[in-house]
Amino acid sequence: MTRRVLAVDDSKTMRDMVAFTLKQAGYEVVEAVDGSNALTMLAGGPVDCIITDLNMPVMDGIQLIRQVRADPKHRATPILMLTTESDDTKKSAGREAGATGWLVKPFNPEKLVQTVRKVCP
Amino acid sequence: MSELEQFKKTYFEECSDLLSSAETKLISLGEGAAGPDDLNAIFRAVHSIKGGAGAFGFEALVRFAHGFETALDALRNGDLELDRRSHDLVLRGFDMLSDLVRNSRDGTPPDQARAAAIATELDRWRGAAAAPSADPSTALIAAGTAPAGTLRRIVIRFRPTPDLLRKANEPLLLVRELKSLGRLEVIVDRSHLPSLDALDVEAAYLAWTFILETTADDSAVRDVFEFVTDDAQIEFESEIIADAPADPAERRAAGAGSLVPSAANASPTTTPSAAPVERRQGDRRSGERASSIRVDIDRIDRLVNMVGEIVITQAMLSQQVGQLHLDNYTGLAQGLEQMAQHTRELQESVMSIRAQPVKSVFARMPRLVRELATSLGKDVRLEMVGEATEVDKTVIEQLSDPLVHMVRNAIDHGIEMPDARIAKGKPPEGTIILSAEHRSGRIVIEVADDGAGINRERVRQKCIERGLISADQVLDNDEIDNLIFAPGLSTADQVSNISGRGVGMDVVKRNIQELGGRVHIRSTPGQGSCFTLSLPLTLAVLDGMVLRVGADRYVLPLTNIIESLRPQPAAVTSLVNRGDVLMIRGEYVELIYVHGLFSIPDAVTDATRGLVVLVEAEGGEKVGLVVDEILGQQQVVIKSLETNYRQIDGISAATILGDGRVALILDVSGIRQSAQGRRAAIEPNLRLAS
Repeated sequence: MTRRVLAVDDSKTMRDMVAFTLKQAGYEVVEAVDGSNALTMLAGGPVDCIITDLNMPVMDGIQLIRQVRADPKHRATPILMLTTESDDTKKSAGREAGATGWLVKPFNPEKLVQTVRKVCP
Repeated sequence: MSELEQFKKTYFEECSDLLSSAETKLISLGEGAAGPDDLNAIFRAVHSIKGGAGAFGFEALVRFAHGFETALDALRNGDLELDRRSHDLVLRGFDMLSDLVRNSRDGTPPDQARAAAIATELDRWRGAAAAPSADPSTALIAAGTAPAGTLRRIVIRFRPTPDLLRKANEPLLLVRELKSLGRLEVIVDRSHLPSLDALDVEAAYLAWTFILETTADDSAVRDVFEFVTDDAQIEFESEIIADAPADPAERRAAGAGSLVPSAANASPTTTPSAAPVERRQGDRRSGERASSIRVDIDRIDRLVNMVGEIVITQAMLSQQVGQLHLDNYTGLAQGLEQMAQHTRELQESVMSIRAQPVKSVFARMPRLVRELATSLGKDVRLEMVGEATEVDKTVIEQLSDPLVHMVRNAIDHGIEMPDARIAKGKPPEGTIILSAEHRSGRIVIEVADDGAGINRERVRQKCIERGLISADQVLDNDEIDNLIFAPGLSTADQVSNISGRGVGMDVVKRNIQELGGRVHIRSTPGQGSCFTLSLPLTLAVLDGMVLRVGADRYVLPLTNIIESLRPQPAAVTSLVNRGDVLMIRGEYVELIYVHGLFSIPDAVTDATRGLVVLVEAEGGEKVGLVVDEILGQQQVVIKSLETNYRQIDGISAATILGDGRVALILDVSGIRQSAQGRRAAIEPNLRLAS
């Protein structure tokens, strides 16, 4: 059964690359431009994994993680944060909010696939 | 285009958007007119640029963006203040970033020295570079490494906390991963499991001991637990079972030790309520995330042209239908009427796609003003009005250069040094007001300053010297002022090297004229000057009055027309060297004979036999145009004369009427200037009602 991943990032470049890489690895990918958009996408149908940037306008990654965790349908959906090495406070906050794991930017495609497979094989 | 190339293209487009939007926000920050949202947006811009750059391996860009991002992070968190100096630094940072993006895009070598210099300044602003905080997971991975390849036995005692499950980390997945590394034995500890009725489904009661025999090295095994170290008690023991060169006990000791959830030594806990809340849910800044779509400008141009043609065809149809007897065809008439309306709406919609607010052009100005004023030692404040005024994209692109020149001119020659101003009783800070508005069917942009005004004597002298006017030529003040646009006037001492490149006002004027525009200056010595730049909304639809002069057709924009009348002979008088004037409601209005202006044969020459159309020029001056007949009101599509023929004074554009004839659209102010021009060299002027 094909796993469905929701990629959330305000940068189109990032979204394109994540989608491309994961699709090649056999995942189905849907995209959202920010937290709010992501929630809208989720309302349209469940996903098996969420990858989100932390810094986004309208609703950032941390907020999104909280909202997702508050939804019983997505309590157990793995959520990966896209962080930067200097972003420790944010990362902790994300963990606190319920993020499953993280990926440090910039990451190479193999690491992305590896990490997604780790939490959502 | 390969996938990678496509991504790069998207990336650079994105960079361009991010950079320009960040700069706009930064400028309003400098004026104290922005909030925390803007600081966040600015941070995010650099963050996104850095992210993409890392993905494509643009090293210099990543390196610079990293330091920049860190500083901006501190700024948005309130750890740093934005004063004038740091504001300037951030602006320079964006300049550098922009250049580095360009270098990456074009493959040109980056200016490493400059980047390093700015980076150092940014670091210094931020304070001592913070030491990277210890990441618990790296601590886990760094501890106890042993060479790979050798078979080892790793015992992991693993007790998750409820948090682990809350974060959707699935122990089963961990087990599977371990299994993929070698031979795994799992012992479950159910000792903490209560009876069913006491079971809390959210809690974690189970613990496991994993015994793994693997040839993978320790770090690979620890990696499995990368995401869960905070939320579990993990004990890790590793021993080599095949080739045991070193002391096994020692190795075991090195790898062992329980790794308590390291929340204690992590960065201060940020409880959800303390975490920076960047946006309330559902809080949308209008325009910030408005959905939009990129379209090639060529497609839009084609669309605009096609719609223009439809309007013309529809006009032709209307006219044809107007000539039929339609008693039996009321449906047809109605249908066409509706079509006319829809066509009009369609045209307005299409026009608005390409129309952009002048804000994008104005955005450069505050910075320009600040830099120029600072370098000249002057104190200048810039006010901008009407930034939302829209104009066709093609016009906007041409607007930038002339505007920059006019602003430079105002600061360089207009605004005096602070002490000179104080001596004149003016505030030391000079003011420049940049405004844009729609007026009489055109877009009018003004650059007004409260500086010294034009030094008329000096300008006059220079013009005499250069042979542009004769010594005994009498000109009124307005005419002298506008001599600054005379060709050949700008010289080395007129144009300081701050005003740049030695491009004179005459070139500016010519460029504007080529666009079908006009520029004019008004000045009051000692008080200030005002440049007025007017441009047509070139491809706009025009509501016009169709006129006949001789056998020709002309169109006057309705917005210019005050009224039309057939004057009584008594109202028309002839003034010496001033031509005919019409007396109307107590004021004298100059009459301009259109047939005379354009040498049209077989036209009505007597104003009392023809019609006088009273029109208003841009400055509010009234003029009476003498024509043969008014044919009717019509919506016309403006076709550029410049692209099809050349620019003609007094004509702003052309159009095709419903019957297929070409009609020229009159430019009232241009006509007035032309008519004046004919009298300029002759006699002192009498100021008429205006």
